[in-house]
Amino acid sequence: MSSNNAVTETSSAIGVVEGESLYDVDHPAPVIEAPRQRTNKTPKATRGNFEMAAWLFMRLSGVVLVVLVIGHLLIQLVLDGGVSKIGFAFVAGRWASPFWQVWDLLMLWLAMLHGANGLRTIINDYAERANTRLWLKGLLYTATVFTILLGSLVIFTFDPNIR
Amino acid sequence: MATPTMDKLEALEADSASSHLIAVTFRIRRFNPEVSADASWEDFRIDIDPKERVLDALHKIKWDVDGTLTFRRSCAHGICGSDAMRINGRNRLACKTLIKDIVSFDKSGAVSKPVTIEAIKGLTVLKDLIVDMDPFFQAYRDVMPFLVTTGNEPTRERLQSAEDRERFDDTTKCILCAACTSSCPVFWNDGQYFGPAAIVNAHRFIFDSRDEAGEQRLEILNDKDGVWRCRTTFNCTDACPRGIEVTKAIQEVKRALITRRF
Ligand code: HEM
Ligand code: SF4
Ligand code: FES
Repeated sequence: MSSNNAVTETSSAIGVVEGESLYDVDHPAPVIEAPRQRTNKTPKATRGNFEMAAWLFMRLSGVVLVVLVIGHLLIQLVLDGGVSKIGFAFVAGRWASPFWQVWDLLMLWLAMLHGANGLRTIINDYAERANTRLWLKGLLYTATVFTILLGSLVIFTFDPNIR
Repeated sequence: MATPTMDKLEALEADSASSHLIAVTFRIRRFNPEVSADASWEDFRIDIDPKERVLDALHKIKWDVDGTLTFRRSCAHGICGSDAMRINGRNRLACKTLIKDIVSFDKSGAVSKPVTIEAIKGLTVLKDLIVDMDPFFQAYRDVMPFLVTTGNEPTRERLQSAEDRERFDDTTKCILCAACTSSCPVFWNDGQYFGPAAIVNAHRFIFDSRDEAGEQRLEILNDKDGVWRCRTTFNCTDACPRGIEVTKAIQEVKRALITRRF
């Protein structure tokens, strides 16, 4: 410790930091690891077409959602006085017709499943640790099921005479 | 872009005989676990002919300035796929990237910005520009990149029509440099994804009329870490130094999986 040859004699580009380096040839620092690497122990093909179905569903539901969502936005926000017209009576009036009930139900289910599956992909992409994935997906699926059920319940049991 | 740069260069050359060299700063991301746990940027300013390549600059630095600079290269002519690296933030082969194509000049004709060079992303950095390629080649091995046939060996060559050959012509050009896979944001965040290069090399055999393991390879890529993780960002197509339409190949594999026709 007392010797002054502590200054590492190195031609390396990485400048000598103050004091003695913690690392040398025999004690290298940990290398900079990339997340979740593939090794020869990575499980091989899991059977089933779930990912393909999910991929197809994103595209098909997307196409249907274009119509549903744009129609929805037009009716709610643009046509016939815009947002100012929206009120209990407006909603009650539309849900009196089975057509709009089915429209809204379809939009609810498709958007929720589409959005949930989209978030699932994002979790798969970004959450590195198995536990983080598990919890985030658990939260996602719970919220999705809750919202879909609550929404469907409201659409089916809506009572225009409630007070 | 090209014309003004060339004009500047010609003006420079007219100035004086020796001034065909330009001073370029190379900002290289360095990592040496035997010295420090952290990577850091280091600048090297050298005079170089703008018609030379980034690989020549790296050689100059390694041979004349700092022998500890570490990088892979072998053929130096865009064939072996050893020297993919991130140059000015884009994956390229150092041996196929000309200095004049990546430097910008200010009004006085001097080089205005340093050229940044770092290791490709998403693979473990071992030292300076060298990464651990094992996970990359593991994904490659996992798609069975070899001809699979049944029955007796034919006594003559396995014939194939020109049209059949054309279907996978593009994907035969791959040199396994990893520029595509290490430019893919899905791969950056999750190295379990097969990555574009493995899919390109599966495509090479799936669409080969002489091969009989297409179904098997498709099944492998139908996995949760297979083609369905591709988000069509096109980074791979932009990165490929061989000009392979990587994203298109991935889409063709997706289509083959859906229609089961290939
Ligand atoms: C308006 C019509 C819509 C179309 C055409 C559409 C289409 C798509 C497509 C094709 C994808 C897959 C992208 C990929 O895999 O690379 C996607 C992803 C996604 N969508 Fe939609 N979508 C629509 C509406 C919605 C709605 C209403 C929501 C929210 C409830 C939503 C939320 C998401 C999310 C979170 C993702 C994942 C993002 C990602 O993959 O980066 N989308 N959408
Ligand atoms: S597809 Fe192109 S970028 Fe990807 S490994 Fe092959 S040659 Fe390199
Ligand atoms: S050194 Fe072989 S491809 Fe660049």
